[in-house]
Amino acid sequence: MIYLQLFWSMFQIGLFSIGGGYVAIPLIQHQIIELHGWLTATEFTDIITIAEMTPGPIAINSATFVGIRVAGIPGALVATFGCVLPSCIIVFLLAKIYYKYRNLNAVQYILSGLRPAVVAMIASAALSIIMLTFFTGGVVPDAISDINFISLAIFAVGLFMLRKWKISPIYVIGGAGIIGLIVYLILRR
Amino acid sequence: MKHNGKLYLELFLSTLRLSAFTLGGGYVIIPLMKKRFADELNWIDEQEMLDLISVSQSSPGPIAVNASLMIGYRMGGIPGALITVFGTVLPPLLIISFISFFYRQFRDNAYVNAVMRGMQAGVAAVICNVVIDMGHSVLKSKSILSAFLMVGVFVAVYFFKINIIWIILACASIGLGSGKIHAHRTIHKNATESGDEKRK
Repeated sequence: MIYLQLFWSMFQIGLFSIGGGYVAIPLIQHQIIELHGWLTATEFTDIITIAEMTPGPIAINSATFVGIRVAGIPGALVATFGCVLPSCIIVFLLAKIYYKYRNLNAVQYILSGLRPAVVAMIASAALSIIMLTFFTGGVVPDAISDINFISLAIFAVGLFMLRKWKISPIYVIGGAGIIGLIVYLILRR
Repeated sequence: MKHNGKLYLELFLSTLRLSAFTLGGGYVIIPLMKKRFADELNWIDEQEMLDLISVSQSSPGPIAVNASLMIGYRMGGIPGALITVFGTVLPPLLIISFISFFYRQFRDNAYVNAVMRGMQAGVAAVICNVVIDMGHSVLKSKSILSAFLMVGVFVAVYFFKINIIWIILACASIGLGSGKIHAHRTIHKNATESGDEKRK
């Protein structure tokens, strides 16, 4: 019963990937390549690349991809459903607890410790993305030629528009894509 | 807030649009959600937004799905939660299903790569912007502990790659401990003050 196998595999990935998409990658790898042989190692690298190029969580992207390869569109639906189900149940319970008890002092104390931590985690994700955007290879470069000045310019203009004119982030991301298409294609010529 | 069709439609369309632009990892949905639900629709404030992220982060699964579910549940109960999860899952589900038939060509396509490189710079600006806003409001609270936690967690996550579960446990305990001590001191102080008044 391939659908049940898909569902159960993805359910486990969804259940154990605590703390962001990159925790999920080794779990996905274990389930999909080592346990079931649904994808080859090359296909798996491809799907991680595709997942980074397309919107949406990496776990959902790979679940959909594996599902469709193994059992077509119904497979994709089953796999994606399995992947989000555990977190839906757990978050739903946490949401109930949060809205019931958030006015308790103890819960307020805990949240006051977590708020700065969340900001720091977002800042850490931001710095990783910035390094990847500005520098070839994502590390501080030795040579100026490794600095990506076009991306740096798009970033600076985008940030200025966000802060000064408070325009919607979606327009900044979309606009940056259009500028990227024009500039990078002209440069390739 | 009335649980009517208009609310559900707004929830669905908002999460659908945000999810379609969440490139480069789950955290990118945070600035998009903050802009839409806190700044534009005024449904929640920034503090509650941070709480929702804390809860989403403490649970397994993609943060984008978890945070959407929290917002959906907050605004429209269980139906709201189902609608926002559906809205968040749908774009990646459709896009990957479509691309999976020609994913090698997609990956190696020059046009696609040019758009992606541009969008990545845009995403960097968007997430940087929200960090400035949120970092500013943490510092504005003038709590030394908060500032210290923010810097400490940043170093722990970025440089030492410490697992987020440990960080959540540690910060929750620190928050609880310092809150209890603070409350204890306040009660104690009030008790001594009222004692002083009685003596007078």
